[in-house]
Amino acid sequence: MTTSYIGESVKRLEDARLLTGQALFVDDVHLPKMLEVAFLRSSYAHARIRKIDVSEALKKTGVVAVYTAQNLGDYWQAGPLLVSPPPIKRLTFHKKTQVILAKDKVRYVGEPIAAVVAENRYIAEDALNDIIVDFEPLPAVVDLEKALLPDAALIHEDLPSNLAAHVIQEKGNYFAIKDQADLIIKRDFSYDHGAAVAMENRAIVADWDSKGQQMTVWDTTQAPIPIMNGLAGMLGLSENQVRVIAPFLGGAFGPKIMMFYSEEMLIPWISKQLGRPIKWIEDRQENFLATTHERGQTHHAEMALTKEGKILGIHDVFLHDTGAYDPYGLTVPINSQCTLLGPYDVKNYYSEFSVIFTNKMIVTPYRGAGRPQGVFVMERLLDLAAKELHLTPSEIRSRNFILPEQFPYKNEIIYQDFAPLVYDSGNYAPAMEKALELIDYKKFVEEEQPKLRAEGKNIGIGVVSYVEGTGIGPYEGAKVTVGASGKVSVATGVGTQGQSHFTTFAQIVADVLKVNIHDVTLVTGDTFKMNWGCGTFASRGMVVAGNACYAAAMAVREKILKLASEILESSIENLELGDSKVCVKGMPEKKITLGELAVKANPLRGAVKPGTIPGLEAAAYFGPSTGATSNGVHAAIVEVNPKTLRVDILKYIVVHDCGKVINPMVVEGQIHGGVAQGIGNAYYEQLVYDKKGQLLTASLMDYLLPTSYDVPRKIITGHIETPSPLNPLGVKGTGEAGTIPAASLFVQAVENALDNPKLEIREVPMSPNRLFELLKES
Amino acid sequence: MKPAPFEYVVPKNLNDCLNFLYQHPENSKILAGGQSLIPTMNFRMAQPEYLIDINSLNELSYIRTDKTGGLQIGALSRHYQVESDTIIAQKAPLLHEVMPWIGHVQIRSRGTIGGSIVHSDPAAELPAVIVALNAKLKAKSKKKERWIPAEQFFTGLFATALEHNEMLVEIAIPPMPAHSGCSFQEYSRRKGDFALVGVACMIALDKNKLCEQVRLVYLGVGEGPVMASQSCQSLIGKQLTSDLLQQAAKIASQNDLTPPNDLHASCVYRRHLAEVLGHQALVQALEKAEKTF
Ligand SMILES: Cc1cc2nc3c(=O)[nH]c(=O)nc-3n(C[C@H](O)[C@H](O)[C@H](O)COP(=O)(O)OP(=O)(O)OC[C@H]3O[C@@H](n4cnc5c(N)ncnc54)[C@H](O)[C@@H]3O)c2cc1C
Repeated sequence: MTTSYIGESVKRLEDARLLTGQALFVDDVHLPKMLEVAFLRSSYAHARIRKIDVSEALKKTGVVAVYTAQNLGDYWQAGPLLVSPPPIKRLTFHKKTQVILAKDKVRYVGEPIAAVVAENRYIAEDALNDIIVDFEPLPAVVDLEKALLPDAALIHEDLPSNLAAHVIQEKGNYFAIKDQADLIIKRDFSYDHGAAVAMENRAIVADWDSKGQQMTVWDTTQAPIPIMNGLAGMLGLSENQVRVIAPFLGGAFGPKIMMFYSEEMLIPWISKQLGRPIKWIEDRQENFLATTHERGQTHHAEMALTKEGKILGIHDVFLHDTGAYDPYGLTVPINSQCTLLGPYDVKNYYSEFSVIFTNKMIVTPYRGAGRPQGVFVMERLLDLAAKELHLTPSEIRSRNFILPEQFPYKNEIIYQDFAPLVYDSGNYAPAMEKALELIDYKKFVEEEQPKLRAEGKNIGIGVVSYVEGTGIGPYEGAKVTVGASGKVSVATGVGTQGQSHFTTFAQIVADVLKVNIHDVTLVTGDTFKMNWGCGTFASRGMVVAGNACYAAAMAVREKILKLASEILESSIENLELGDSKVCVKGMPEKKITLGELAVKANPLRGAVKPGTIPGLEAAAYFGPSTGATSNGVHAAIVEVNPKTLRVDILKYIVVHDCGKVINPMVVEGQIHGGVAQGIGNAYYEQLVYDKKGQLLTASLMDYLLPTSYDVPRKIITGHIETPSPLNPLGVKGTGEAGTIPAASLFVQAVENALDNPKLEIREVPMSPNRLFELLKES
Repeated sequence: MKPAPFEYVVPKNLNDCLNFLYQHPENSKILAGGQSLIPTMNFRMAQPEYLIDINSLNELSYIRTDKTGGLQIGALSRHYQVESDTIIAQKAPLLHEVMPWIGHVQIRSRGTIGGSIVHSDPAAELPAVIVALNAKLKAKSKKKERWIPAEQFFTGLFATALEHNEMLVEIAIPPMPAHSGCSFQEYSRRKGDFALVGVACMIALDKNKLCEQVRLVYLGVGEGPVMASQSCQSLIGKQLTSDLLQQAAKIASQNDLTPPNDLHASCVYRRHLAEVLGHQALVQALEKAEKTF
């Protein structure tokens, strides 16, 4: 019998290809007569363009064409609004999306102005120097707090101010409850989330085949199907004429979602114009300047509590930096607003935010997608309250957890998926208990820490909790096919960027069809193989596409059994499926293999019954009614060098509940990577702009990513399984669990290590330099 | 991030190389390990017309001792060769100890001692170390050869005393004084990063254990290696007590240095680190010097 794969740490099926260099990445696509593109990008954060002169560039040997807004003709257009604002009553939203190439104004450093097409990238870059742009510099809007002042320059001149959006959401009535509070904690917080900095930069190859009237695009996108649909519309082609392939990607983390970047819109069009394949590979500097960021928020927050530490209500007003445009709607600030509430039973909540246009790169979701900001505010308020009330961090949290019997728990406010926020299921206390046990909290605080302090060592402990909204709709699809060889192929529409889809989706299908997992191959991200679906984002791959794989496999299983019952002349109940064959129960010699069945299901002669759908194949779709809410607790022990203020993480624990675990090793991998990015956010990474809107950290020398030396070697993980009732597999997402609370934990542990009653860390990132300043002030 | 067009030149030997350099002094760049030059060219901050690749000039790659017991290191010696050389470990332990602080293994397997010194990054380790060790640098052109004391070699931000037609060919390190000890201390954000602040220290004691010579040289706090002269002066001829060292570190950070304010650290924080690290370096160097008795 075939073993069951779900729940096992099955080794990744895709690794052999990746590790031996057999996996295709976009830059591996080499086509005859291919040309390469380099972009001229704005060197000003805010300026009017008076004139662009490309005549010298055109004269350069090897340059084939130069495009500016002027010569795009009808194709010159603004990109789409990718996510419209949710139906919230008190909401204002001003849509501003970026045009393909700037015409009369540039609004951030890096905004594309012209594209040079040449025999190779070297020549294309040389020619950039020959383009003359006559700029009229305008004052740059950089500081979030100053952007709304009456004298601030206007980024979009048809708007009354730099306000992009304003939203108020309320649950209960904070103002009514405030007076009953025993304790009010009121503070300002600022949180700066950085750039995703995936190992592979963005890349696009487009190939217009005029004889076949076919456009093929290889794109580092998380969402090839929306890109196919969008490009078809823009290029005036039918969806069938456009094939988008998202091959292997070296990481994505959000900024490679269905963004319709200028380059994505322009490269296929150029290929059609010139009738030649066109390649554009983003370089690292462009990745900092031309791929979206997440960056910052500033919060003015207030928490009302009883003297027992029970939260009565929260009031939060914050500013969110959206950069020069807002193509991604309100997803990031709404995630902050909603996720702030965390695993806690908060009856009264007033949350108001303003989204601000600045002369900086556009802000869109990056792993965590606004959630770390909200969690930071909540966790810091709880830490401050705990200090006042002489409670431990775990006590104050446990006292406020939503209880198991309260699920499904309604948070009333509207979430990013347009529906009222409801937590489907959860059991929060065990995660906390397990984390405290794994880090041995009591022993550390009572025995070890006093000893270490006596030795002059600053070693501290922290513990935080959070929820992770995952697995939102609308839907994904999968197509499962059993071939004549008996092997199974699975096609899904989601792109893959390291999430182990080739393994985990195969685990599901292999279990349903009772075949060896090595006989299951997966195709992802090729719109010719699967043309319905959305993409990989919001920790939704397993929840939405995973359940679609399950549904499609179940449908194929039904077809297998039905056909086998006809051939073997036995009722379905009397059949046994396993080892790639079907046999009659108790009669192993009365059998037919899946391969033989596949041939029978696709006859070449004779007649089929009316209504027969050929092949052992089925496509199925899954769309959850609303998202599935994961949760978890992170705990850590850190050491702060009292002289240099360098912080070392000695121990890191993650206890996480993502419902049914399909592959524990893969979940741990997701968590480890997330924690690494969370540590980067907490301690190393920062996008620094100067007063003129120049990004000062546009290289890996100045933008400090944590390396393997800087991330704890061993992150200890514990799993709790509270299945989601919203999907057949009972799964919840886990892609962002590692990132979301890491910075909140880091600062709590650092404060605990330094044991200085006056030190209050209310901002992220927290570099040693900044810590030094805070200690000086305190 | 592709370099501007250039012509690639591979000289057959040193003479050939110096000839070429003599003919094209203004628009040539020597390519050694390329670990600094190539990124600079990709950012188009350097756009040489000729790139002279010296990687096949084996005559520039050697490590040997001279008659006085000093060291002679060819400019093209790779960082990893310097790091793993046992004679260097013995004769110039400071140089040996500092090597792991330079970048990562991959960078040290290509990067060269000469390239690092000529590149003269204000936060690089080797310039400070060779100043602390009183090294001399041999510069050579088609027409002449001269020795430049390390202390006079670094003339400003990424600037050296080399003339355009000159190459650095050798680094000579004199023997260590009898009762001496060294230490290198550094603080960087991540392992392998250029230093926020670093310091190289050499202390030599006379036979009465009084301070005969001290060289405390910082990196990351100025336009090149910075000798903390007032601090050193405060120690000469004295018995090096713990209070005195503490005070010397303070003098160094307050009087000798004007650290920059930049993205990664403020001037104030750098001053603080300079004091902390300077003190650690002095204490450790003294300990080692005392052990020689
Ligand atoms: C990721 C990374 C991290 C790094 N971290 C550090 C660090 O922590 N500390 C540190 O000190 N360095 C660091 N480096 C730089 C590294 O040490 C380089 O090896 C060194 O700076 C230059 O040596 P090179 O042989 O590669 O020189 P190249 O890059 O080839 O040349 C550098 C310059 O020196 C000139 N040059 C080279 N040789 C000669 C010669 N013989 N005569 C005249 N001119 C010459 C070149 O023309 C060029 O201007 C790092 C580099 C990288 C890429």
